[in-house]
Amino acid sequence: MRAIESRGTVTIAKQLCKGCELCIPACPPRVLEMSEAHNEQGFPYPELRPGCTGCGACLLVCPDFCFEVFLYREPVAHEVAP
Amino acid sequence: MSRLPVLDTDRPPQASAVKIARDKPDLLLTERHDLCPGCGEPLAMRVLLEAIEELDASRMAIGVVGIGCYTAFSPTMDVDSIQALHGRAPSVATGAKRMRPESLVFTLQGDGDMVNEGLQEVIHTAARGESVTCVLLNNGVFGETGGHMTATTVLGQRTKNSLDGRDAAYHGHPILIGDLLAQLGGTAYAARGAVDDAAGVARAKRMLRRAFQTQLRGEGFSFVEILTMCPTGWFIPTPDGPGYLDEVMGTVHVTGELKAGGKLTTTAELIARRGGREAPTA
Ligand SMILES: Cc1ncc(C[n+]2csc(CCOP(=O)(O)OP(=O)(O)O)c2C)c(N)n1
Ligand code: SF4
Ligand code: SF4
Ligand code: SF4
Ligand SMILES: [Mg+2]
Repeated sequence: MRAIESRGTVTIAKQLCKGCELCIPACPPRVLEMSEAHNEQGFPYPELRPGCTGCGACLLVCPDFCFEVFLYREPVAHEVAP
Repeated sequence: MSRLPVLDTDRPPQASAVKIARDKPDLLLTERHDLCPGCGEPLAMRVLLEAIEELDASRMAIGVVGIGCYTAFSPTMDVDSIQALHGRAPSVATGAKRMRPESLVFTLQGDGDMVNEGLQEVIHTAARGESVTCVLLNNGVFGETGGHMTATTVLGQRTKNSLDGRDAAYHGHPILIGDLLAQLGGTAYAARGAVDDAAGVARAKRMLRRAFQTQLRGEGFSFVEILTMCPTGWFIPTPDGPGYLDEVMGTVHVTGELKAGGKLTTTAELIARRGGREAPTA
């Protein structure tokens, strides 16, 4: 196992998402990926993987106000498969 | 990447953390709206309302709203507002400010509204040096009515009635409204921003704050143009919106401050200075 650190995290109001994908390339460490599943409106939505820095770029480019951004007081380590 | 676990983003983090950014501005009553996926106008609304909040000006703000897709926000923005006829917002704003000089009066208009329907209104308002802030959301199309060419559509741009691209010989040339207004004596501040990336969104907020401060100091007319994506009117997939804005609109309507601190900078000078590409300065 190896660990990936997240310095921050986000909440995603996935039912508000319209699946535009603007947040995906806006995320500098590229830790957002579109879901396979669809929300109640019929759109795929972003899912977060380990490595968020809490930079807030996703929130600034989301036209549907889906994100809130948090900075961890201490980075959180996620154990992931090698 | 996809082998990494998906983290829980349905609720605030369990570990100790501070919230550093809210989903929506406090001055927006709900995050719900019916604008299209990938539209740039809600991004401009965010920074407009946040700029008002940051200046602690929400109780004195009066918005005069034009007609376009952005009009959908007038019922949900927690700011006193007046609905103007198409293109007439600068004149209505003039009246509001003269009757209530202590207020912060701004217009919210699109390119079709400001530069087509009501071009003379904004020009005279600027020339008179009215102490109001006109805000233009420029997407180069009449978005709400179906994506037709406006006076700001750039040459070569495909719209519903310029399917082979805007042709100067047939359709005429685009109007660089920021330059037109910046050169007028009554204009104290003019800037052009864009919401095609996070840095651009943050910069647009700084421009709006400067424009509002210009008004609050009583220095004259202020103007902020914000280039916004309209994937529906541009007939492109939503993920292509920011790139299209940058490459098609943004190379003509180049971003930067056009007038600040008495100094005039033309779009041509911005282009020359940046080799045709914008570099954040504001
Ligand atoms: C006097 C008048 N003429 C025409 C219209 C129809 N109309 C409604 S919205 C609109 C286009 C607005 O375009 P723009 O200001 O660029 O806003 P966008 O939808 O692109 O954000 C038009 C022509 C109207 N409402 N009133
Ligand atoms: S806060 Fe920054 S790093 Fe985290 S998901 Fe958003 S854009 Fe990516
Ligand atoms: S930017 Fe917002 S609306 Fe668009 S896909 Fe991302 S979360 Fe959904
Ligand atoms: S038509 Fe264009 S401006 Fe209007 S809501 Fe849709 S994307 Fe936004
Ligand atoms: Mg428009």
